[in-house]
Amino acid sequence: MSGSADYFDEMREPDGGVREAYTGYCHWFNDQENALLRRKHAEAETNFRKTGITFNVYGEDEAEERLIPFDMVPRVISAAEWRKLTRGIEQRVSALNAFMHDLYHRQEIIRAGRIPERLFSNNDAWLPHMVGFTPPGGVYTHIVGIDLVRTGPDEFYVLEDNARTPSGVSYMLENRETMMAMFPELFMRVPVEQVSDYPRRLAKSLAACAPDCAGGKPTVAVLTPGIYNSAYFEHAFLADQMGAELVEGSDLRVVDGRVAMRTTCGYQPVDVIYRRVDDEFLDPLTFNEDSVLGVPGIMDVYRAGRITIANAPGTGVADDKAIYSFMPEIVEFYTGEKPLLPNVETYRCADDDSCKYVLDNLAELVVKEVHGSGGYGMLIGPAASKKEIEEFRRKIVDKPNNYIAQPTLALSTCPIFTRKGLAPRHVDLRPFVLVSPDKIDITPGGLTRVALKQGSLVVNSSQGGGTKDTWVLKD
Amino acid sequence: MLGRTANGLFWMFRYLERAENTARLLDAGLRMALTRDLVTAEEEWRSVMSTAGQRTGYEAKHATYTGMQAWNFILRDKDNASSILAMFGQVRQNARLARNAISGELWEAINENWLAIKDQLAKPVGENRVLETVATIRRAGTLAHGALEGSMLRDESYHFAQAGTFIERGDSIARILDIKYYLLLPSLSYVGSSLDTGQWDQVLRSVSGDRAYRWLNAGQIDARGICKFLILDDAFPRSLAFCHSELRANLAALARLHGREGESNALMREADTRIADLTIEDVFDQGLHEFLVDFMASNAAIGNAIATDYRFLA
Repeated sequence: MSGSADYFDEMREPDGGVREAYTGYCHWFNDQENALLRRKHAEAETNFRKTGITFNVYGEDEAEERLIPFDMVPRVISAAEWRKLTRGIEQRVSALNAFMHDLYHRQEIIRAGRIPERLFSNNDAWLPHMVGFTPPGGVYTHIVGIDLVRTGPDEFYVLEDNARTPSGVSYMLENRETMMAMFPELFMRVPVEQVSDYPRRLAKSLAACAPDCAGGKPTVAVLTPGIYNSAYFEHAFLADQMGAELVEGSDLRVVDGRVAMRTTCGYQPVDVIYRRVDDEFLDPLTFNEDSVLGVPGIMDVYRAGRITIANAPGTGVADDKAIYSFMPEIVEFYTGEKPLLPNVETYRCADDDSCKYVLDNLAELVVKEVHGSGGYGMLIGPAASKKEIEEFRRKIVDKPNNYIAQPTLALSTCPIFTRKGLAPRHVDLRPFVLVSPDKIDITPGGLTRVALKQGSLVVNSSQGGGTKDTWVLKD
Repeated sequence: MLGRTANGLFWMFRYLERAENTARLLDAGLRMALTRDLVTAEEEWRSVMSTAGQRTGYEAKHATYTGMQAWNFILRDKDNASSILAMFGQVRQNARLARNAISGELWEAINENWLAIKDQLAKPVGENRVLETVATIRRAGTLAHGALEGSMLRDESYHFAQAGTFIERGDSIARILDIKYYLLLPSLSYVGSSLDTGQWDQVLRSVSGDRAYRWLNAGQIDARGICKFLILDDAFPRSLAFCHSELRANLAALARLHGREGESNALMREADTRIADLTIEDVFDQGLHEFLVDFMASNAAIGNAIATDYRFLA
């Protein structure tokens, strides 16, 4: 259970003492019998299988459903740390939303010369259909996941902004349910902020973004690509918890200028669609004409202001890693304040000088595709073979605009439970942020992803990562 | 509620009922095979396969009837689209589709049992495991119905689930009677003559009615009595009369909730006029086979009308 000098250990001081946020947990932990904990560990998996929290794996047998491994040691954040984080997240998310509005209107930020035009003019996620249009309530990014990493006692960095369709919130909720079912006594000892009202907050936040034509009680529906989608469980789970309908494209059509769903009593209008379908599949009349996942004509209804689509089409621009590299400028431009949460230093290979630096230092850097996600298509220099590095060198030389690079971060560690007891592993954190016209609402907690392999820095579930319950302590 | 979700609920419970009924059939066949010589046992399995409606599929694959082959075909054969494994897969698939219309308890009852059944059927099932496997499947049905009764709101979702259950159950009982009657009584003149009680016992077992029947008839087994029990006794939850009145009640509730009647309610009323005040003598006069065929056709028509009335499909 000793910390490593190279990384910030969130539980242990360098001298082996327990940090304050973890004292309650450690007290409890030291009283537990190892055999009992091992049994509980196995129990957790059964519990996840039972409730069906699985994800489908793309490209594998349709029936294949996998569990994301769960580790039962919570990741703990103190009340003071959380307060600080939320201020930084609020600032960043409100800047993101203002940036989206500006990009699709006057583009002041480009006129002011703060970011180059090429960033969006050759970005596939930028939608000309959104130009000059303001979504109901002026909200673009209804649900945002901000990926944070920690490197020191007071050092949090934003690694990525997920403004398109951040997923994983069902794990935040079910991880907590599982922990409370397994260790009720722990929650009696340690005061932890609740996360369970996230679905209610989500429903409320979405309803607050309803278009003017909605009545007093807006109808909200979750749009899923269907039962074979990798995140179907989450779509069904959220719809169920919000008391919303779970619709597929085939349930919807445009009736009398509204988007309506086929109910057992006929077509009934929908006011807000929380869509888990990508932009390009949303409307076969506007985008991909082969799409059967979307609703023909929905974009016309949208532009007439008669439905809310969350998140707004075209917000994927913000997920771009080249845009990310300009976030400090973006935050400052729209809020007039210095960013409270720093970016990770980022080299844009599109700039000649940076590109040269990147190519000279590939073995030390993490290289990412500008439009990539899910941990695919990236190079982790220190862990890569010579051959892999040379492959990436060719790719970068070939298409420099397509890549950015960052220093390999010394991600903090949090212990996981192993056969031999606690052992530190690297973690990140994705808090979930809800945006409505008059409020930015951050649920105290989030999804902690953990690299289960010793020494590994990749936390993505598609690459052998697991999850943990994330605790924000009460004051 | 969405039409597609209603469809999911309806078929979730139809498949559940079908899987459960097939398991009962298998249970009865097993018991029968245990008490017979090999030749008769072979005949027995052929009859089970016919009743399950899987004879063509089975004979396309196997030239002979042995117990092990037969139950593995019904339980888990990959080439058998109506295997219990495939049916239960459909139950769970539909439960996932209708996930936000069913309670967490019902979902877990289905999901946990699916995991257990999938596990038990992962490998060929030997003599030592077959009864246990059949019991698991039957228990799955019992648990799901318990969760439905105990935890679901009595709104349209409940009534769609129930409608699916009773359409399927009625169909299954009529099918068993129709096939068994023909196998057991090659000519109608046999009615009333002494019977192979073992065979009739099996019919009762395959609808879990053996105990109830004995209780009501003091052990007296005859074709007329059994037909009367399975067709007209509305106190027995697996009789045609019972299925009919449950279906009627659930369709009436749906019409009430929607504020209007549809084709399904009209067809139900038509069926009512045919069944009201019916005696077993009327049934035999009309011809048992004809009566059962009529019943199945009307039952199927009501099922289709439900799908149209409530916009199951786009």
